[in-house]
Amino acid sequence: MRVNLKVWRQPGPHARGEFKTYATPDLNPDMSFLEMLDVVNDELTLKGEEPIAFAHDCREGICGTCSLVINGKPHGPHRAVASCQTYVRSFKDGETITIEPFRAKPFPVIRDLVTDRTAFDRIMSVGGYVSVRTGAAPDANSIPISKIDSDRAMDAAQCIGCGACVAACKNASAMLFVSAKVGHLGLLPQGQPERYRRVLAMVNAMDDEGFGNCTVTGSCAAVCPKEINLDFITRMNRDYLVALVQEGVGRKGAKEGAGG
Amino acid sequence: MKPLQLLFQSSIGKKMIMGATGAAMFLFVIGHLVGNLQVFLPKEHINAYAHLLHASEGLLWIIRLSLVGIVGLHVWSAVTLNAQNNSARPSTYGAGTGPFGASWASQYMFMTGLVIAAFVVYHLLHYTVQLSAINFAGKDFSTLTVVGGPQNGWKDVHQMLVIGFGSPIVSLFYLVAIGLLCIHLSHGASAMFQSLGIAEGAWRTRLEALAKCVSIGIFLGYASIPIAIFLRIVS
Repeated sequence: MRVNLKVWRQPGPHARGEFKTYATPDLNPDMSFLEMLDVVNDELTLKGEEPIAFAHDCREGICGTCSLVINGKPHGPHRAVASCQTYVRSFKDGETITIEPFRAKPFPVIRDLVTDRTAFDRIMSVGGYVSVRTGAAPDANSIPISKIDSDRAMDAAQCIGCGACVAACKNASAMLFVSAKVGHLGLLPQGQPERYRRVLAMVNAMDDEGFGNCTVTGSCAAVCPKEINLDFITRMNRDYLVALVQEGVGRKGAKEGAGG
Repeated sequence: MKPLQLLFQSSIGKKMIMGATGAAMFLFVIGHLVGNLQVFLPKEHINAYAHLLHASEGLLWIIRLSLVGIVGLHVWSAVTLNAQNNSARPSTYGAGTGPFGASWASQYMFMTGLVIAAFVVYHLLHYTVQLSAINFAGKDFSTLTVVGGPQNGWKDVHQMLVIGFGSPIVSLFYLVAIGLLCIHLSHGASAMFQSLGIAEGAWRTRLEALAKCVSIGIFLGYASIPIAIFLRIVS
């Protein structure tokens, strides 16, 4: 089968971008979407044209590097599937597929379909971790945790930080991402000592990056390849409220990471 | 940073202000409706209710100014959050974007809110300030008083409503505004729980359903007043 690709081409961060249309060679329907781009790039290279730059790494839906908006939907037509695990068979023969980068001010385009998502790394660097003394590995099951909490923490920990939530949100809000990171550690015993300073610091960093705000439309959860749900945003808001109260009464835990 | 500063400066803080002020206005909208549905009772009831509200002018002004403050905070948070949202997405998608399961109401909160705000200003000038120039009835509402009976000399609110909603253009604007309020609340009345960190899991679904039902109820309740006056059920 063959398809036509309407691809966003932009030579550099400050260059003007535009859509260009390419007809693919004959494709195997069982190719992945990214393999299709590889094939198109081979052809472009042979013709002496610049290949289409796109972000990819593991190609098994776990690293969060792939970041395409396919026909207006981040990660393409399926639910709970990243771009790399979308296959050519999901499209019709002869279809024109629009491919463009994630669009948000904090995610500037580096080139073509590649965006700079280090804003997420900067948010992670202020609280997306637990501070522990290093040493020998602790005994398994030495810290009791309920099945419900561990399951929910795992649900949040599934977030691969791809940024599809930001790409889909009409406000380019990063609250689903931040809430997954805050929620994952906030549900675990190891995350408790820094729970409230974490939420203050990470929300502060999120705001500094220039992301928009949640209006509870639910678009983020609908496109999330890992099905992170809006409940984590509720949890983050509640933790933030508790952190503000703790700040108010001067408890030390929240004070340390207030971000200034 | 001080907690109050965080509340007014951070994204989540402003969403909390929006949610809390929204909740307060939601309660006001219900209270206002229940009070005004007394128009369907013999007219002494709503006149006595209006008289009661004016029993203490001092208290009335405290409530009025609190409401202005609540509305002001809601509008302020909406305008600042909306400006941030617009600047966070400077370029749009070539292929457009779907709502991805987002309700119509949730995507147009700012626009529906703006029209409701404009209506509230008109509504206050119409019935509270009683500006004759904008009531399209050619009557000065401040002169409407009850003549005779135990309520002699009291404000005749019943007559004011009948004359006020007797104007089709006023009633039409009212119905449009109430319709938009219903849409605004169908999302806002459940979203506010999320902003305040309350709705989770099964409660999210329940609150979403409840918000839709209550907002339809609010629409029907408010709309019934001008419709009943138009159909001369209340006269």
